[in-house]
Amino acid sequence: MAGGSSRRWGRAVRSPLGVTAAVLLLAVLLLAVFAPMGWQARADAVHPADILQGPSGDHPAGTDLLGRDIFARVLVAARLSVELALAATGLGVLVGLLLGTAPLLLGRRAGRWAGALVNVAVAFPSLLLALFFAVVFGVGAKGAVLAIGLATAPAFARLTQTMAATVAGRDFIAAARIAGVGRVRILLRHVLPNIAEPLVVAATMAAGSALLAFAGLSFLGLGVQAPGYDWGRLLGEGLAQIYIHPAGALAPAVAVVLAAMAFNLAGEVVARAIGLRSAESGTPAGPVTAPPPRAAAATEPAAPLLAVENLRVTFPSLGAQISPVREVSLRLRPGEAVGIVGESGSGKSLTALAIAQLVAAPGRVDADRLEFLGADLRGGGAAAHRRLLGTSLAMVFQDPMTSLNPTHRVGHQLAEVVRRHQGADRRSAWARAVDRLHAVRIPAAARRARQLPHEFSGGMRQRAMIGMGLMASPALIIADEPTTALDVTVQREVLRLLENIRTADSVGLLFISHDVTVVAQVCERVLVMYAGRIVEDLPSGALLQDARHPYTRALVAAVPGMETDRDRPLAVIPGRPPDPARLPSGCAFAPRCPLATEVCREQDPPLAAYDGDRRVACHHADLAPVAVAPYRTTAGRDES
Amino acid sequence: MRELRFEQVSVRFGSRRRGTVAVDAVDLVVPAGAVVGLVGESGSGKSTLARAAVGLAPLSGGRILLDGRPVRDVSREAGRPPLQMVFQDPYSALDPRMSIGDSIAEAIPRHPAPASAQRRAEVGRLLELVGLPADRAGVRPDELSGGQRQRVALARALAGRPEVIVADEITSALDVSIQGAVLNVVRDLQRQMRLTMLFISHNLAVVRYVSDIVAVMYSGRIVEYGPVADVLGDPQHPYTRELLAAVPRAGVAVPEAPEPVADAAPPDPHQPPAGCRFHPRCPVGPLVLPERDVCRTADPAGAGHRNLAACHFAAPAAVAAVG
Repeated sequence: MAGGSSRRWGRAVRSPLGVTAAVLLLAVLLLAVFAPMGWQARADAVHPADILQGPSGDHPAGTDLLGRDIFARVLVAARLSVELALAATGLGVLVGLLLGTAPLLLGRRAGRWAGALVNVAVAFPSLLLALFFAVVFGVGAKGAVLAIGLATAPAFARLTQTMAATVAGRDFIAAARIAGVGRVRILLRHVLPNIAEPLVVAATMAAGSALLAFAGLSFLGLGVQAPGYDWGRLLGEGLAQIYIHPAGALAPAVAVVLAAMAFNLAGEVVARAIGLRSAESGTPAGPVTAPPPRAAAATEPAAPLLAVENLRVTFPSLGAQISPVREVSLRLRPGEAVGIVGESGSGKSLTALAIAQLVAAPGRVDADRLEFLGADLRGGGAAAHRRLLGTSLAMVFQDPMTSLNPTHRVGHQLAEVVRRHQGADRRSAWARAVDRLHAVRIPAAARRARQLPHEFSGGMRQRAMIGMGLMASPALIIADEPTTALDVTVQREVLRLLENIRTADSVGLLFISHDVTVVAQVCERVLVMYAGRIVEDLPSGALLQDARHPYTRALVAAVPGMETDRDRPLAVIPGRPPDPARLPSGCAFAPRCPLATEVCREQDPPLAAYDGDRRVACHHADLAPVAVAPYRTTAGRDES
Repeated sequence: MRELRFEQVSVRFGSRRRGTVAVDAVDLVVPAGAVVGLVGESGSGKSTLARAAVGLAPLSGGRILLDGRPVRDVSREAGRPPLQMVFQDPYSALDPRMSIGDSIAEAIPRHPAPASAQRRAEVGRLLELVGLPADRAGVRPDELSGGQRQRVALARALAGRPEVIVADEITSALDVSIQGAVLNVVRDLQRQMRLTMLFISHNLAVVRYVSDIVAVMYSGRIVEYGPVADVLGDPQHPYTRELLAAVPRAGVAVPEAPEPVADAAPPDPHQPPAGCRFHPRCPVGPLVLPERDVCRTADPAGAGHRNLAACHFAAPAAVAAVG
């Protein structure tokens, strides 16, 4: 993490924007510190002979009404301008922090009042507020600092309040409260460190705005008073002579703009460095490319619904290419249910996305063969393919709340599918939507179609998602952890629904889950994925008793069932899955495998046919399950 | 170790008129040194009950007692909270800006204030206890996997030397391979230290594995309660039977529910149904068996039924059943 963040900082500062900001900010600050030492005398020297001169070699920006050198005065004014801006920002940040964290510190009731105060203050335009305060506190630099500082405070308070509330809702704060940690301590130790970075960004930006606001107030005569001067005053003086010699007004104007830019750009760079803004966006998604055809394309009897051979998904990562999915081959017949199981990070969801052509930039999908309903999907993006996928392929995702648009009525979201892909008119599309909601057994479908997603329960939303997939007549449903977020009773309904759809219309089902028991219940065939590869392909009947890959057996043993012996520890898989960027040589599972031998560490076993229609990628597939030493299962350290 | 007892505990959210009763007059006993598994669907109120126990949700009625005395009194007297909680999401449960050692140390009681060397030793001991090397105390949570974070969270809970631990869905965000390891740690620690524990999960198999006693919660109420073998072996409440039937089993086709109650939605917490709260979904209730009209009007009590099942048609308690 530390390495990552310093790398991000380095990258942000070295970018063109970063260099510009750093140079500008440094220049402004150096000027503020040293300019009065070098040019004070020159700036104050009155030359009655040289009144209102234009730019010349002696006076690059001309002279003012008393014959003083305007350029020197602009340089010297940097200190006062920056000082005042920073003072006002400091005041604003302080008041803002106090107001913003008040709800946390004061408890519920008093906090609500503090919140209300901030809300009211935010509603006032800040410059108006500044003018108002300027009148209250008197005209002059002190009044202006108070005015601008207090005018900055509400926005800052609101930001603090919102971010603090987000952090305060997280479990570690609750844990600290349970442990008896006091409010002030929670604020200082837990809340502030977690919101500090965005606050720093906001403060830097605020300094830029304060600088501008000061220039504005001084220009109006409400800020710095003679004989003092800042950029705003110089601008005001210069403006009177703008028709005679514009340089006198331009010089302070340029200074204000550059200084404000320095602060704002610095804020922008800090934001990038800490990851609040996305840096450059990635290259657009590469289409699926077809490598040169291989000599022997496998022949097979019936046209499969889906045929995938040697699928590979690649992402660029810090200069290298990593492949979270490799060498995946699978085939689905119409009406067949195939499951993919594996731990998180095994590549199972990415495989599904690659098949549905949904891998986002900068990911890249390659395959020797990628056919759906006889159409070659490689070469990507063609309108015909999109249409084919849009009408014949249905995707169901894990979280139905995020896959439905919360602001649109459920019925409209369903209707949109047929309107887009089949050009149906509004009325018939709506009728179809209601019909489909009925088909997925949503009670009172006509009324429910007019509701928003949040009015649906989790199970109903998932059924509505399935209903959306059924708007056209899909030949394949890809369901990615469709029941993981649901209760068991609701899970059962969704599984039953998928089952009914599959058998009634002979729809293929590619079912992805981390739960071996669910997959074994729903599917006829199971593909087990590990580290991006399929390591075993077996009928689901063999999954529990006769799996050949040690990983499959370990996965099965790790799940407690209703018959698990309560007096013995559960089986665990030692170690953790490999990082796709650093795959071990040989079999990726070897470091965790109780059967691993020399050959496993040297050669990656191919996914070979086994016992007829099964496939397994293991050098020791023939070792019978009984011969496997049981997984050591004490609360062994560090295995997860 | 002490006994945790909920007496007529209610938790209400929102205003009096339009509010929701998340937990409705719950009586529940977690005997000293035992693990009570609390199961139920989302929205049943089980997490709210847990948060109420540790003081994160205000009670609107009832009392929570530790060995017969209000938790608050015990807390004040001992100078430290007697209950600790482990949360569901391992990613939000630890402060990302703090080393795991600091997170654990924060929960070590400050009275009497231990020396910092002592504190460090205690952190190391706790890490060892949950199966992590003591020298990892300096790492930040983002260097740990979900399972390791969950162990750190467990160590933090133990650091407060609590009388009772409340574990709220602690493995549901973990991969199955990691879930096993965390459950083993929980189970070993519980047996070694005789912890009293309220273990909440929607996964019946997990609850069965960890718990001594099972309580089933539905719509803010406990509807069945008893030793694991009794409740899961001889369930009395139709909701418990539903939960059991819904556990996926390999090779068994997904079972069908009777038509009138198939796909019935979970109850609306704002307007719980009259009579038995489960009756609109009950496969042996009035929608399926019309003569069982009593379920629509009368709220069933648990007393007198086997496993304290809150169902009009549950078998009578064991004594009567023998005769």
